[in-house]
Amino acid sequence: MSQTTTQGWRGVAAENKDDLSEQVSFLLRARSRRLLGELLRPYRKEIALLVAVIVICNAAALAIPYLVKVGIDAGIPPMLAGEGPATLVTVVVAVLAAAITQAATRQVFLRMAGRIGQSILLELRRRVFAHFQKLSLSFHDDYTSGRVVARLTSDIEAISEMLQSGFDGLVTAVLTLTGTAVLLLVLDVPLAVVALLPLPVLLLFTRWFRRQSSITYRRTRETVALVIVHFVESMTGIRAVQAFRREPRNQEIFSQLNADYAHANVQSMRLIALFMPGVKLIGNVTIAAVLFYGGLLAIDGDVTVGVLAAFLLYLRQFYEPMQEISQFYNTFQSAGAALEKLSGVLEERPAVAEPHTPVALERPRGEIRFEEVEFSYLDGTPVLSRMDLAIPAGQTVALVGTTGAGKTTLAKLVSRFYDPVAGRVLLDGVDLRDLGEDSLRGAVVMVTQENFLFTGSVADNIRFGRPGSTMAEVVEAARSIGAHEFISALPEGYDTQVAKHGGRLSAGQRQLVAFARAFLADPAVLILDEATSSLDVPGERLVQRAMRTILAERTALIIAHRLSTVEIADRVLVMDSGGIVEDGPPDQLIARAGRFAGLHQAWLDSISDLPAPPG
Amino acid sequence: MKSYLRPYTTRLVLIWIPAFGGIAIGIVIPLIGKEIIDGPVARGDTGALLPLALLALALGVIEALLIFLRRWFLADAVIGLETTIRDDLYRHLQRLPMSFHGAWQSGQLLSRATTDLSVIRRFLGFGMLFLVLIIFQIVTVTGLLLQMYWPLGLLVAASALPVVVTSLRFERGYITVSRQVQDEQGDLATVVEESAVGIRTIKAFGRGRHVFDTFDDGARKVYRTSMEKVRLSARFFTFLEVIPNVTLAIVLLLGALAVGSGSLTLGTLVAFTTLMLQLVWPVSALGFILVMAQEAMTSADRVMEVLDTDPEIVGGTDAIERPRGHLRYEGVEFRFPGAAEPVLRDVWLDVRPGETVAVVGATGSGKTTLTALVPRLYDVSAGRVTIDGHDVRDLSLPALRSMVATAFEEPTLFSMSVRENLTLGRHDATEEEIEEALRVAQAGFVHQLPWGLDTRIGEQGMSLSGGQRQRLALARAVLSRPRVLVLDDTLSALDVETEALVEEALRHVLRDATGIVVAHRASTVLLADKVALLLNGTIAHVGRHQELMAAVPEYRALLSAELDGAPDGLDGLDGAPDGLDGLDGDLDSQEALR
Repeated sequence: MSQTTTQGWRGVAAENKDDLSEQVSFLLRARSRRLLGELLRPYRKEIALLVAVIVICNAAALAIPYLVKVGIDAGIPPMLAGEGPATLVTVVVAVLAAAITQAATRQVFLRMAGRIGQSILLELRRRVFAHFQKLSLSFHDDYTSGRVVARLTSDIEAISEMLQSGFDGLVTAVLTLTGTAVLLLVLDVPLAVVALLPLPVLLLFTRWFRRQSSITYRRTRETVALVIVHFVESMTGIRAVQAFRREPRNQEIFSQLNADYAHANVQSMRLIALFMPGVKLIGNVTIAAVLFYGGLLAIDGDVTVGVLAAFLLYLRQFYEPMQEISQFYNTFQSAGAALEKLSGVLEERPAVAEPHTPVALERPRGEIRFEEVEFSYLDGTPVLSRMDLAIPAGQTVALVGTTGAGKTTLAKLVSRFYDPVAGRVLLDGVDLRDLGEDSLRGAVVMVTQENFLFTGSVADNIRFGRPGSTMAEVVEAARSIGAHEFISALPEGYDTQVAKHGGRLSAGQRQLVAFARAFLADPAVLILDEATSSLDVPGERLVQRAMRTILAERTALIIAHRLSTVEIADRVLVMDSGGIVEDGPPDQLIARAGRFAGLHQAWLDSISDLPAPPG
Repeated sequence: MKSYLRPYTTRLVLIWIPAFGGIAIGIVIPLIGKEIIDGPVARGDTGALLPLALLALALGVIEALLIFLRRWFLADAVIGLETTIRDDLYRHLQRLPMSFHGAWQSGQLLSRATTDLSVIRRFLGFGMLFLVLIIFQIVTVTGLLLQMYWPLGLLVAASALPVVVTSLRFERGYITVSRQVQDEQGDLATVVEESAVGIRTIKAFGRGRHVFDTFDDGARKVYRTSMEKVRLSARFFTFLEVIPNVTLAIVLLLGALAVGSGSLTLGTLVAFTTLMLQLVWPVSALGFILVMAQEAMTSADRVMEVLDTDPEIVGGTDAIERPRGHLRYEGVEFRFPGAAEPVLRDVWLDVRPGETVAVVGATGSGKTTLTALVPRLYDVSAGRVTIDGHDVRDLSLPALRSMVATAFEEPTLFSMSVRENLTLGRHDATEEEIEEALRVAQAGFVHQLPWGLDTRIGEQGMSLSGGQRQRLALARAVLSRPRVLVLDDTLSALDVETEALVEEALRHVLRDATGIVVAHRASTVLLADKVALLLNGTIAHVGRHQELMAAVPEYRALLSAELDGAPDGLDGLDGAPDGLDGLDGDLDSQEALR
């Protein structure tokens, strides 16, 4: 069972694969590099400046010990000789100046690097978030919310980690490394060759480490995402979890995922536990070799003792930053894995794409036309087959039919949640695919059974329909659909916080809020997909009454199982297996004794068995 | 937090052996270099060179080995620790009641379970060791300096004073900011979570930009606070670097004077300054490590905040041998935490075993809350709910919750197979029982899914329609064969035909169980033997449907005349216990309207 719950996620193509072929992983790296390049590009100048600053900072830091030595060697003898402390004072002043320079440049560096890092993070967050919003529902159907959260939290953090600690250390380490290598070569070429001989080994070793760790880091990101997905889902559905005593099984799954994550983490930490001392070993072996060979050279008089001493000192300095680099490598690797995921998301193209040259509708009238529209979901089973339909502006249309007849699909095509496989859907004569997102959403609004309420107050949630509207407009909207009563009765009225996912409100109240939200949006086409199912009778009655006025000015598509809604419709479409089987004004259809008449009768019966309880 | 460290005590103590061993070797290797220069090289003794070089090699290998051991064992310990805490956090969160979950955003919970724990892990795995080593190094070097020439040594020791003072001040400022960043990141995670879960609503209204602005606000807040953090730490780090360097300059000046006055030899001054240079790095690294420590503490606080929250709803010890399902509300009051007005007050209701009660009330009157008190998703704030005479609070939670099953109006389906979703409340259900439950709920459609019962349904069953989800949730509740079955307006999204079929089948199920049915429609009310009318937070009337229809105007207003769209719709039903007439009248009046 845990097989099915911990695996089998399909997401963005390369996610969740540990062993990618060399070629693919190269592509991924190129993709992440491209993203990184794009993010860094605006800061080219600053980064160049940053490097200059850190060079000065390091130079000042290195100058201090040197100046102290100069002070002792050149400043004290004149003093002892009674020539006064002039030289010494100069040196002390120089030390102070170096200290201040170092402090100043360091301060500049830290702030600048911090600002660049944070700006990049902000940009990355914005970009990924906006992209998730842009991607179509078909993407979100597969890519669960937990994964979205994982991308925007733990992956971003991995990159933040790199930006915070990586850059500083890397620049310093690289500077020290090259500086030392040059110094060694200047000091003595043969000995330097011995000292630098292990470098190729080191490079090979690093390459091995890089390969291994890119696998473990990818696994780490992947496993942590699964932990997040499960965590989010069980916290979101905690009510059902507790009510059905799902806790033990959940705990089992979570522990398993958590253990997988721990395993991946241990793997990567062990890899470092191998790599770090490995580098140390190479360094130490080199030191021993330099000691021996340098000793021999010194005995023969080929190098001076001073040079040998300097070599030993610098070698230590040479391999020390190697350790640091591998420490940063860590951060880089996990940031790299995170970048890979993020660039993958950014690479996804929305299936329902914004047109290149969007057409704008100035004053949408709300005329809808389907021309030979065909639609099927991913699995290929046709849901709508060659549908032709014309709905004149202002008409109220009720969609009727059994579950799976295609009513919701038809509605979703009108609001362009999906694009038709063939044919076209037109609004005021314009293909929906040519309409700009803003025009489309301004013209068509759909209220579904999922009335998602966002954190915030009741007023905020109604205002979601038209951000920027005044409190008076919000209240007016609520009043129009009959939600004002209950909202005013809430502890803080319109300012009452709705709690997580609207948990403080009942299902019916949430529906009313969603309804007010749609009303405030004031679209030319209003689609109601089972939008009143949770209302009680008085509530529904209020809404129905309101709808007469609300719908008078606009086109409406109403899907409702309760045929009470039908009576306000100008026209009824009866759907069956993806086609329209009956079409006409409700009373005509009832009179015709066809399918709708049957449904209507069944519904009448369902209310009319009121007084006949069993027994 | 301490209790989490305990299992790893040995390991965490043993780690110090290779840690200090490594440092010792790090000091010894340069000494060998000195030995070689002073010995074989000075004397031109090639023979003595090899053993010393081999010694250096051996020590080098041992050093690498010690580092390996330290890291290898530390890895297990810190990851083990992190994993245990995360497991416990999750366990604890599952036990915390709905009132907690209603108040806490899941993004905040998530950031504790991921970010905060990894901050703690990083500190334990890396920062802590360094902190101790650095302090050790600072103290030793200062001690050596004092021993070498105490007046200057004292000066160096005194320079620690501003470091300590600033560190303390910095900590105080930094802890606030770092806590703020972490909280803001949690809020941001919440926005992300909502934007993903609510994506369909956002798309339906084309409010992508609005949601983006909300996110952007949050992200900018994080940016600003992070910059504040950067500024604070930049100042602190710089200060830490300046102090040893300035001290060094003063030491050089005073030392030279001392040499001039003959109270200090030149050699000692050289040794003194050389040694002092070794203080610069540890003191400046102190800043970085302290920040790490600080953040780890903040994170630990944030995690403990959740772990220390007592689950108010804990099970008792009782279990009912053979539950009959006699459910009673006795003077029940309920108010949400912090709310001034109770949602329910003085509720008395008696549901005998096998009986079914319909709860009817206006939208938001507390019907769902009333039912949630039985499986203790919430606890009463006064009075009690009993099953077979046992206060539900005395029963063990598993015992209680296996007796009661709820089909929620907004069903939660999990990302797993249909079968797993169905058997949530009863893992050992047989194939026949599953079929039976599916039949009752009219959920045969699952067989048409690509892999039948093994089809994985998406997060929250998104790929299913509202009606399909409700039917699965109903099948789930029926399958767990509860003594008390709660149907919270479970049929609202079904079409009329299906609803009729489901109701017919449910009658059978409800014959064997005690039932509470939240109803908006007369058709659902008819599943019940009697009706309780919830008015102003209390049960105002209990009776049979017809009785209430006839006698209680509020009840009539709630349940009569579904067909009605006209303001005068009530008229048709007035005083008509046999509603058919009324309905007909209603129909007529509508015909007339047209």
